[in-house]
Amino acid sequence: MSDAIPYAVDIRPDTGLNNGKMGIWLFLASEVMLFGGLFSSYVLLRTGASHWPLGVDEGLNIWLGLVNTIVLITSSVTMVMAWASLKMQDFDKFKKFLGATLLLSCVFLVVKAFEYGGKFAHGSVPSKNTFLAIYFVLTGVHGLHIIGGMVVNGYFWGPGSKMWKTDPERFTGRIEIAGLYWHFVDLVWIFLFPVLYLL
Amino acid sequence: MDNSLDSSHSASFWRKYVFSIDHKWIGIQYGITGLLFLLFGFCLMLLMRWQLAYPERPLPFFGAWFGELRMPEGVMLPEFYNQLGAMHGTIMIFLGVVPLAVGAFGNYFVPLQIGAPDMAFPRLNMASYWAYFLGGVTMLISFFVPGGAANSGWTSYPPLAVIATTGQTLWLFGMIFLITSSLLGSINFIVTIFQLRAPGMTLMRMPFFVWTQLTTAFLLLLAFPALEVAAILQLMDRLADTSFFMPSGLVVSGEIQDYSGGGSVLLYQHLFWFLAHPEVYVLILPAMGIITEIIANNTRKPIGGYKPMVYALVFLGFMSFVVWAHHMFLTGMGTAISSFFQATTMIISIPSIVILAALMLTLWGGSIRFNVPMLFALAFLPMFGIGGLTGLPLGLSTADIHLHDTYYVIGHFHYVVAPGTLFALFSGIYYWFPKVTGRKMNEFLGHLHFWPTFISMNIIFMPMLIQGLAGMSRRLWDGGLTYADTTPEGVLTGGILTAGIIGLHKVISMGAWTMALFQIPFIFNFFWSIWWGKKVTSDNPWEATTLEWAAPSPPPHGNFATVPVTYRGPYEYSVPDAERDFSPQFQETI
Repeated sequence: MSDAIPYAVDIRPDTGLNNGKMGIWLFLASEVMLFGGLFSSYVLLRTGASHWPLGVDEGLNIWLGLVNTIVLITSSVTMVMAWASLKMQDFDKFKKFLGATLLLSCVFLVVKAFEYGGKFAHGSVPSKNTFLAIYFVLTGVHGLHIIGGMVVNGYFWGPGSKMWKTDPERFTGRIEIAGLYWHFVDLVWIFLFPVLYLL
Repeated sequence: MDNSLDSSHSASFWRKYVFSIDHKWIGIQYGITGLLFLLFGFCLMLLMRWQLAYPERPLPFFGAWFGELRMPEGVMLPEFYNQLGAMHGTIMIFLGVVPLAVGAFGNYFVPLQIGAPDMAFPRLNMASYWAYFLGGVTMLISFFVPGGAANSGWTSYPPLAVIATTGQTLWLFGMIFLITSSLLGSINFIVTIFQLRAPGMTLMRMPFFVWTQLTTAFLLLLAFPALEVAAILQLMDRLADTSFFMPSGLVVSGEIQDYSGGGSVLLYQHLFWFLAHPEVYVLILPAMGIITEIIANNTRKPIGGYKPMVYALVFLGFMSFVVWAHHMFLTGMGTAISSFFQATTMIISIPSIVILAALMLTLWGGSIRFNVPMLFALAFLPMFGIGGLTGLPLGLSTADIHLHDTYYVIGHFHYVVAPGTLFALFSGIYYWFPKVTGRKMNEFLGHLHFWPTFISMNIIFMPMLIQGLAGMSRRLWDGGLTYADTTPEGVLTGGILTAGIIGLHKVISMGAWTMALFQIPFIFNFFWSIWWGKKVTSDNPWEATTLEWAAPSPPPHGNFATVPVTYRGPYEYSVPDAERDFSPQFQETI
C-alpha cells in the first residue's frame, strides 16, 4: 500500500493528531456555529418579544426533560466505557457498552416522541407562537443529530465491528471519533434543557 | 474498507468516471459542472439584459421558447424577470464560481502542491461533489414548478421570500445540499493541508494558493452554518407556518396575514450576511491565490513579500467574520452598530491592499512573459482594484444611504467577481491546462478570448457605476422607465432618471452580448485542445517551481511516483548563481 493516505491511523508528529481526529474536531467546530446560530436566534427573538412564555406555561414537562438529560449523560458515560473497553482489548464488553448507548438513545427518542405527541394533541404546534416554534426547531435539529449518531453507532455495533479483527487500532480510533460526536450532541442537550424547560 | 487508493487497475466505469474518489477526477467533475452552470447563469443574465435595454419589446428568435407563463408573445413578465435575477445570483455564486475556485482548482491542485497522494478523505470528497450536484439539480428543477424558480432575489429576504411561490422552498432545499457539500469539502481541505504535507513542506513553504484555500476552507466551515440556520428557519416559516421572520400584523395585498407574528426580519438578514460576507472572500481569495502563482511564474522573480501576504490573508479571513452588517446600514439597526461595522470594513480593506500591492510590486523589474494566463492575471490587478475601491463608499454608512441597492452596488461587486475572480479562473485554466491534459491551449484563440472579454467587461460594468450614482435602483424590471424624466429639456428635476442614464442599458447590453460572442473562442479552444492541442514536451512547461510540476502530466492515480521532498520556499525564481532562472521546491540543489 505505497499510495495509501498517510496518517489515517498514525499520529502526525507536528500536529499531534490523525486525520480522522482532526476532521471530527473541525466538524464539531462547524456544529458549534450551527447550534450557536440557533441559540443566537433564540436570544434575539426572545429579547425582541413583548411577551415570552415559560416552558411550563406551554406544557413542557420539566421531569420528562430531566429524565432525558440523565438518560443522555448516562449514554455518554457508556460511550466512553465502550471506547475504554476496546483500549483494554475487551471486545465483548465493548459490545455491551455500545449496545447500552444505543438503547439509551432509543429511550431518549421515545420520551421525546411522547412529549411531541402530547403537544400536538393539545394544539401546541410550531405555528402557535414563537416560543414553540424555536422549541421544535432546536429539539428537532438536536433529535436529528441523535438519529445520525445512532446510525453511526449502530453501524459500529453491527457490521462495522468486523474491523476489530482486521485493524483493531483503526477501529478503536473510529469509536473514539464517534464518541466525540456523541458527547457533543449530549452537551447540546445540556444547554437545551435549561434554556427551553427552565428559563 | 481499506484506505488504499490503488483501485485504478480494476476500477469499473462507474468507479472511475462517475463515483470516482480520485481528487483529480473529482476536481474535473467540479470544473465541468461549474463551467456549465457558469454558462447557464450567464445566459439568464443575457435574457435580463434584453429586457433592461428594450423593455416591453418582444425578444426576437428565442422569445417563443419560454411559453405564455414567462414571456407571452416574447415579452418578459416581471415575475420571470425576478426569477432570472434571483437565480442568476444564486447560480453564479453557489453553483458556478465557488465550485470552480474551490471545488475544481482546490481539489485538483492543493494535494499536488503539497505533495499528497490524494485528499485526506477521498470518500467524503466524492460525497461533497454529489451533494453539490444534487443542489444544482434542485435549483434547475425549481424553474419548472408552478410559479417558477425563486424570485425574491439571491438574498431571499423575508417576509417576501416566505410568502413567495414554491420555487423558494426548492431554493432552500437546494441551499441545504450546497451547504452540506461545502461543509464536507472544507473539512477535507483543512485536514489535507495540515496532515498530508510532504516532508519538508512546512507551512511557510506552502504556495500562496494553498494558503488561500486553507483560509477559504475555514470561512466555509464556520460561516455556512449560519445560512443553514437561516434556511431551516425560513423553511419552517414556509412549511410549518411559524413566524421566525414574520412580524406581527403583516399586511400583504390589503389582507392581514395569518401568522402568529413576533418574528424578526432583521434576524434573517444577520444570519444571511454572517455567511454571505465571508462568502465574498470565498469568491476572491482563491482567485488571488491563482494569480499569485501565475504572476510569480511569469515575472520570473519571487513574489514581493510572501510572508506579509500570508499574514494579511489570515487577518483578512479573520476580519471577514466581523464586517457582515455593512450590508445592512439601511435597516435601521442603529448608528452605534453601523459605526462599528463601518470601522471594521475600513480595516479589512488594509490586508486586501497589502496583497494587491505585493503583487503589483512583484511586476517591478521582472522580465515579464506576456502569455495568455499572464494577461488574465495582469488584468485581474486593476479590475479587482476598481472593484475594491468602489466598495469603500459603500462601506461608509453615510455614503451608503445614497448608493444602497443601486446599480452602483451591482457594478462594484461585479468588478470584484467578474473581471476579478473570473479572470483569475480563466487564467488558472490556461495555466494548469497542460498539467491536467498534457497539452497546451492555443495562444491565438486565447488572445481572441482575452482582449474582447477585457474590453467588454468594462463596457458592461463601468456604466453601471454611473447609473447607480444617478440613483437607478437595481431591482427595476423595466430598466427604470417608470422613473423616466418626462419634463421638457433644460428643466432641472430631482430624483428622476434621464434618457441618457436609462440609455446606458443599451450600451451595457451590447457589451454583454459582445462578451458572450467572444466566449466562443474559449469554449472551442478548451475542447479542441483536450484532444488536438500542442503536446507539452516536459512535465514543467512553464518552468515553474511548485510541486505540482514534479508530477507527470496528467498525474497518475496517487500523483507522485515517489513522495516528493521539499527543499525550499515556493517562489525561488532567478536565484543568483543558480543554473537556471527557476529553482523548484523539489530540487535538492539550486
